Amino acid sequence: MRRLRGKLAPYLLSLPSWVYLLMFFLIPLGSMLGMALATGDPLDGYTMSDNFQEFVDAFTNYQDSFYRSFWFGTASTVVTLLLAYPVAYWIAFHAGRYKSSFLFLIMLPFFVSFVIRVEAWQFILADQGFIFGPLKSIGLLPQNFHVLSTQWAVIGGLVYNSFAYYVLPLYVVLEKIDRRLVRAANDLYATPATAFIKIILPLSAPGVFAGFLLVFVTNVGDFVNADILGGPGTYMIGNVIQDAFFVNQDYPMAAALSSMLMLMLMLAILLYSKAFGTDAIQEYAA
Amino acid sequence: MSATATLPAAKAYAPSKLGERLLSGFTWAMIAYNMLPIAIMVVFSFNIAPNGHVALKWLGFTLDSYKHAFAIQDLTGALVNSLEVAAGSALISVILGTPLALALARYKFWGKTLTDIVIFADIAAPAVVVGASLLALFLTLNLPRGLLTIFISHVAFNVAFAVVVIRARVSGLDRSLDRAAADLGATPWVAFWTVVFPLILPGIVGAWLLCFMLSIDDLIITTFVAGQTLTFPLWVYGATKIGTPPQVFVLSTFVFIGGVLLALANAAASRGKKEAT
Amino acid sequence: MSEDELPGNAREQAFLRGLTQPRLTRQNFLRGAAGVALAALAPQISRAETVTDWNAWWAAQKPTTDFVFANWPYYIDVQGSGSDHPSIDAFTKQTGIKVKYMEVIQNNAPFYAQIAPVLKSGQPTGYDMIVMTNHWELTELILQKWLVPLWKEKVPNFAKYASPSVVNPAYDPGNKYTMAWQSGFTGIAYNPKLTKREITSFEDLWDPAFAGHVGMFNDNTELGSAALLKLGIDPATSTVEDWHKAAATLRDQKNKGLVRQYYDQSYINALQNGDIWITQAWSGDIYQANSKGYKDLKFVVPKEGIMMWHDNMAIPVGAKNPLSALAWMNYYYTPEAAGIIEDYINYICPVPAAKDYILNVIKDPTVANSPLVFPSDADLKKAHDFYAFKSYAEFQKWNSIFNPIIQA
Repeated sequence: MRRLRGKLAPYLLSLPSWVYLLMFFLIPLGSMLGMALATGDPLDGYTMSDNFQEFVDAFTNYQDSFYRSFWFGTASTVVTLLLAYPVAYWIAFHAGRYKSSFLFLIMLPFFVSFVIRVEAWQFILADQGFIFGPLKSIGLLPQNFHVLSTQWAVIGGLVYNSFAYYVLPLYVVLEKIDRRLVRAANDLYATPATAFIKIILPLSAPGVFAGFLLVFVTNVGDFVNADILGGPGTYMIGNVIQDAFFVNQDYPMAAALSSMLMLMLMLAILLYSKAFGTDAIQEYAA
Repeated sequence: MSATATLPAAKAYAPSKLGERLLSGFTWAMIAYNMLPIAIMVVFSFNIAPNGHVALKWLGFTLDSYKHAFAIQDLTGALVNSLEVAAGSALISVILGTPLALALARYKFWGKTLTDIVIFADIAAPAVVVGASLLALFLTLNLPRGLLTIFISHVAFNVAFAVVVIRARVSGLDRSLDRAAADLGATPWVAFWTVVFPLILPGIVGAWLLCFMLSIDDLIITTFVAGQTLTFPLWVYGATKIGTPPQVFVLSTFVFIGGVLLALANAAASRGKKEAT
Repeated sequence: MSEDELPGNAREQAFLRGLTQPRLTRQNFLRGAAGVALAALAPQISRAETVTDWNAWWAAQKPTTDFVFANWPYYIDVQGSGSDHPSIDAFTKQTGIKVKYMEVIQNNAPFYAQIAPVLKSGQPTGYDMIVMTNHWELTELILQKWLVPLWKEKVPNFAKYASPSVVNPAYDPGNKYTMAWQSGFTGIAYNPKLTKREITSFEDLWDPAFAGHVGMFNDNTELGSAALLKLGIDPATSTVEDWHKAAATLRDQKNKGLVRQYYDQSYINALQNGDIWITQAWSGDIYQANSKGYKDLKFVVPKEGIMMWHDNMAIPVGAKNPLSALAWMNYYYTPEAAGIIEDYINYICPVPAAKDYILNVIKDPTVANSPLVFPSDADLKKAHDFYAFKSYAEFQKWNSIFNPIIQA
């Protein structure tokens, strides 16, 4: 009896979300992505065909945007990880009873609409703003120096917006690490650095991976930051998809681009888990 | 968490005071960086707003905007909608996501890889496509667009995020604990609530926060499925055509301060609890 | 959905298979799966209610006391301290019609994407009147027959008070479907302190002295039209060949590093912050910026001409209270109503007579005398309309020429 229940357990546990996702995500999304094969236009309507040309066009016309998106996505994810890890670590190990308050503080800016946050960044990073203005007038920066409208502004915007998204999974994993292990390491032989590298880092790998999944994937597909903080030559694939849908009303192209983006992201995630195929990740995947 | 609670000597792991100082300094610096745009907003919510449009240029101090904080009914209503949808959809998402995360982290089962792919796709799918496909679905189902459809859609994209965060927490949890519980005669249901749930609670709370953030910030998907209902980002984004009214800054400031107070109250509560024991 | 054609049971089955299009039933499963999307995006074989005789339809309408008005946020008068819209209150007092005023339009494209599937499925949008810019989406609404032709006799004030600049526009000959709510200029704005000289021409957007500080719009209609004007071509009558020439000059501008960014609405922040010195700009924004303390910023009507856009009131098919919508249009086209509203939103008023009302009754000379709100005849003579696309293919042609400049 118990064995049977053990066998059924995963199916029962996953049933509710499966039903929900099937209904409100998979079926509608699948049918929408199927539009990639359709021919026609929004006025005369569409007919289904086996039109794979859309995929060829999507890639040949927009490969630069694809490359650029993956570069922005990778750079911003790595920087975010480097910034978020120490913070998550400190909160998990040293914030004591104020852990949840700190965590909440980190989330708080996101309760304020992104429209406002981005406008504020535009103001902060302005060429003659309160940061760069004084630096320029005392000659520390050349007059024509600017951050906005460059790829660095876009990457910076991505980092800012994903910081909290990376802290969360890292914290959630770091917080459960048994300190007795660390103490044991200290008692035996290890310097703090060795203890960190040999014990904490491997044990936190599931959090690093989960955060990577959340941050990398959403950043590669982002369009808001490039739109407002970017300049000529920072167009990301998310912007192209947005345009294909809203501006051109080229629904088959939007569907083809989206399918390709999702496939490429899946490939990237697969490569990641292969490259860093540590025990911990396998455990995560197990 | 359990380890800290059971180990009064946790301080023993403090080999480097300097390292800890550096870390805490860094954390505060990051919090400040995180808050910087919000600080700008709070400061300029006290700015004079000629013609009812707020400017990021200091014109003079006024409390006028606060006196009329709730003057724009649509905006206030939109904010209330947003808070409701965010809190509710985050809750449903973690309720749906927790069992799935448990299944994925603890069992090998048929369809597991497929489930992984679906969860991944849910995160990776571009918003316009998801939004348009949901609108098509609601029309097919003849479901009137409004708060309910926004809610359904937000849960649809939040579930995946919840699963990823909770799963990271569940993975590597010591299973001997609930086996022990089972050996002692606890039903899986009881074992879950007494053993597993407290262990993964931080993960669930983290997932809820993440879902809340995603939901309250969503513009594109909501645009499609909102019908005649407004959410905060929809109203604010639309108003950029004419200029942002100061009430946007004021209401956001309220939300922000409310959040800070909540964090402080929580800190005070946990302090009290600690001293009581 | 073609609900009328399918008996209940068949409809259910159709949905289970993801099919609601009879035309698709013969297709294979993969194709069928796309049905849900197609049901909303593809045209219906027959619509629930296809009106052929609009005169008869109008004659059958009974006056109602409700009116659902969908507009952009913050695009009407608001009483200083309250949430009231005096113009709406006055309308209700006059006519007894209760107005449900909804600020649900964020932008043309997303709003169109939201209502088009609804209209396609033959359902009502729930709005009696919407406000759309004369861009492709409005043309599309007209081509799809999703707008109700207006019953002009019910709106006598339009003939009486409308500015010539909004009568009989190219995108809607004879004002068959639309009447303007607001207009605006797309010209050039600049900060004289930074450009250190006066700006008079579109050529100035190509001045190497401003390299890295020129703002252009990422709306490809606006972007292309500016380049056409620079070349001395009237966008409204331009040809595909002209479009290629315009694209070439825009590419040149970009390759020389002149363009700081292709902006959406956020250009105004960049201009206020001093990141850009000279930019394509919407007249209303500059008016607002001036009043917000950015007094240096100037808006110019370039010597080559200026683009004029119009936000239009229209009645979507399926409207429940069309007569109320007409009553509103008639009310709006009076100096009083237009004056009250204009004094607040400060774009270009379609009712020139409102100027006296604002000056003498509301006593707000700043607005009344502003050449940006009530432009001079000389400026109006220089105003050009956008090219009115006649088909989707034409629209795609334009996109394929101008998009690569923004996207690359």
